[in-house]
Amino acid sequence: MSRTLLDKLWDAHEIRVDDDGTSLLWVDRHLVHEGSHHAFAKLAERGMPVARPELTFAVADHYAPTRGREAVADPAIAKMLERLERNTAAHGIALFGLRDPRQGIVHVLGPEQGLTLPGLLVTCGDSHTSTHGAFGALAFGIGATQVAHVLATQTIWQRRPKAMRIRVEGALGPGVTAKDIALHWIARLGTSGATGHAVEYAGSAVRALSMEGRMTLCNLSIEGGARFGLIAPDDTTLAYVADRPFAPRGAEFEAARADWAGLASDADARFDREVEIDAAEIAPTVTWGTTPEQALPITGRIPDPGALDGGRAEAARAALDYMGLTPGAPLEEIAVDRVFLGSCTNARIEDLRAAAAILKGRHARVPGIVSPGSMLVRAQAEAEGLDRVFTDAGLEWVGAGCSMCVGMNGDTVAPGERCASSTNRNFRGRQGKGARTHLMSPVMVAAAAVTGRLTDARTLMEERA
Amino acid sequence: MAGWQRHEGEAVALPRADIDTDQLIPARFMSASRAEGYGGFLFADLREDAADFPLDRHPEASVLVAGPNFGCGSSREAAVYALVDAGFRVVVAESFADIFAGNAVNNGLLPARVAEAGAILDALGSGTAPARIDLETATLEIAGARHAIELPDIWRRKLVNGWDDIDLTRAHEDEIAAFARARRDAAPWTWPARDGSRDRA
Ligand code: SF4
Repeated sequence: MSRTLLDKLWDAHEIRVDDDGTSLLWVDRHLVHEGSHHAFAKLAERGMPVARPELTFAVADHYAPTRGREAVADPAIAKMLERLERNTAAHGIALFGLRDPRQGIVHVLGPEQGLTLPGLLVTCGDSHTSTHGAFGALAFGIGATQVAHVLATQTIWQRRPKAMRIRVEGALGPGVTAKDIALHWIARLGTSGATGHAVEYAGSAVRALSMEGRMTLCNLSIEGGARFGLIAPDDTTLAYVADRPFAPRGAEFEAARADWAGLASDADARFDREVEIDAAEIAPTVTWGTTPEQALPITGRIPDPGALDGGRAEAARAALDYMGLTPGAPLEEIAVDRVFLGSCTNARIEDLRAAAAILKGRHARVPGIVSPGSMLVRAQAEAEGLDRVFTDAGLEWVGAGCSMCVGMNGDTVAPGERCASSTNRNFRGRQGKGARTHLMSPVMVAAAAVTGRLTDARTLMEERA
Repeated sequence: MAGWQRHEGEAVALPRADIDTDQLIPARFMSASRAEGYGGFLFADLREDAADFPLDRHPEASVLVAGPNFGCGSSREAAVYALVDAGFRVVVAESFADIFAGNAVNNGLLPARVAEAGAILDALGSGTAPARIDLETATLEIAGARHAIELPDIWRRKLVNGWDDIDLTRAHEDEIAAFARARRDAAPWTWPARDGSRDRA
């Protein structure tokens, strides 16, 4: 019988199925971060060991200070970092801690270190674990009770999601990125448009994406409700994975490669839902509201809630009130107070290069910080001189971590301030209490920095051409 | 965790769609340990900003009725802790985000998918009404009407028995060990290369 990529990955990890259709799945990689303290506490309560510490890797990211790392000033943050150190040391789990030169955001570090590979099942107590699906891995976010379960058993109970395929055919225009594909489909289908589904991304526009772009796309799956994003591995994937520190080598790599060759949906595989998108129709997209579905092409205007249907109208009114915006205003006239370039969505080397290309020789009109996804991305960027482009433009170049994506480390947007951000959630208060977030791609963040308002990056790109 | 079969309590309405986990509990509270209690963090920012927040008007409520796509956003189980520690047993909505719903069930909180949730919201307005939830029959009785709850059997069993997955899974220990051995033999590359540790600082 023909199977989807999801089916193949699922079947390969299924230890047993219960009568009600819930599967017990084997976990190849379990990634933990500071937030796992609840799970470790659950283990401690029961006096249980970690079943497979050699398959578990820990990262300091959510609370990682991006400045002043030598002596962590905030006692609450220091406590979180120490707790992670203590818990991982007690259970023999490798930790990429604050002073490790490879430290970074878990969804940047995993792939970078070759911990994420095609065909693996990856879990992490973080909803953006869908990122790792870009490699053709079955990767999904779990809650603390499930983290404790994986620690204790190296398995997880899960119901097989429905299979959905989003095909993006054609070529993206200049200045249009993976971020825009994601915001485009979420705006079209809604934040719960893919709930209950695993989304496989396919089509020529997806094939043409780099691994960085594919990770951005899969990362944002959860913002459309899908716990899983998937892309079948190909030569681009192999080239990225080869020679990564924890990836297989030599004969083992060849064996892996042979296994990976089968990781694609069969030609006649049936999906529960199919969506087609024409890449040429996607414009640089920004959010105007407080959910990722409240997004529009940068050339658009703030919608009139009165023109939307019932539930959406109410939500739009509340969002505009929070965001301090007026219906009918062109998006390009919205002034921003600061910019943030970072997060597991868009802080990989390619993102920094693209933003730097806009900022080179220009000045930012508003303050902002650039936080690379990992300290290795940071080192690479510095080797290429990108850090100087950012600092010359007047932006702050800081260390790696979740930073202003979630504000747990103290990097926050002040109440009422408007931030052009390369992150993934524009929820109320996400970047700090009362913060107003507009999501967009790294080039669009760079363009907003230059003009001090939401700006079509293509205009700045043309000036250069 | 204690299981439960039936619940009777006051229902209160929060008529908003897409209530996300950052609203349920802002990130800055998440370093607290559970023993400290998470109830006070529930909707912290919304409550501070709204003079007349429904939950403050009706602190005795144990059933929350809300708009669709409840619990979207992050995997933070703290969002569920905040609801549970504030005394909630049931959230009624037309739909829930997947990870939130799973987390809820793992903590004895019922994510009750009810097709008519929108009508219930309208009926409640800013007041409360007694609600009765029965897991066995998967029904919600409120304001004189009976509604079906869309409830997967595994969720019902876990809530009723207060089951802990770890105990369940340990019964399959041998099966798991056999699977791990077979995987290691057939696909040794799925174990992280030891080379990686050489680079470890
Ligand atoms: S960068 Fe933001 S979205 Fe990504 S893991 Fe960190 S907090 Fe979560």
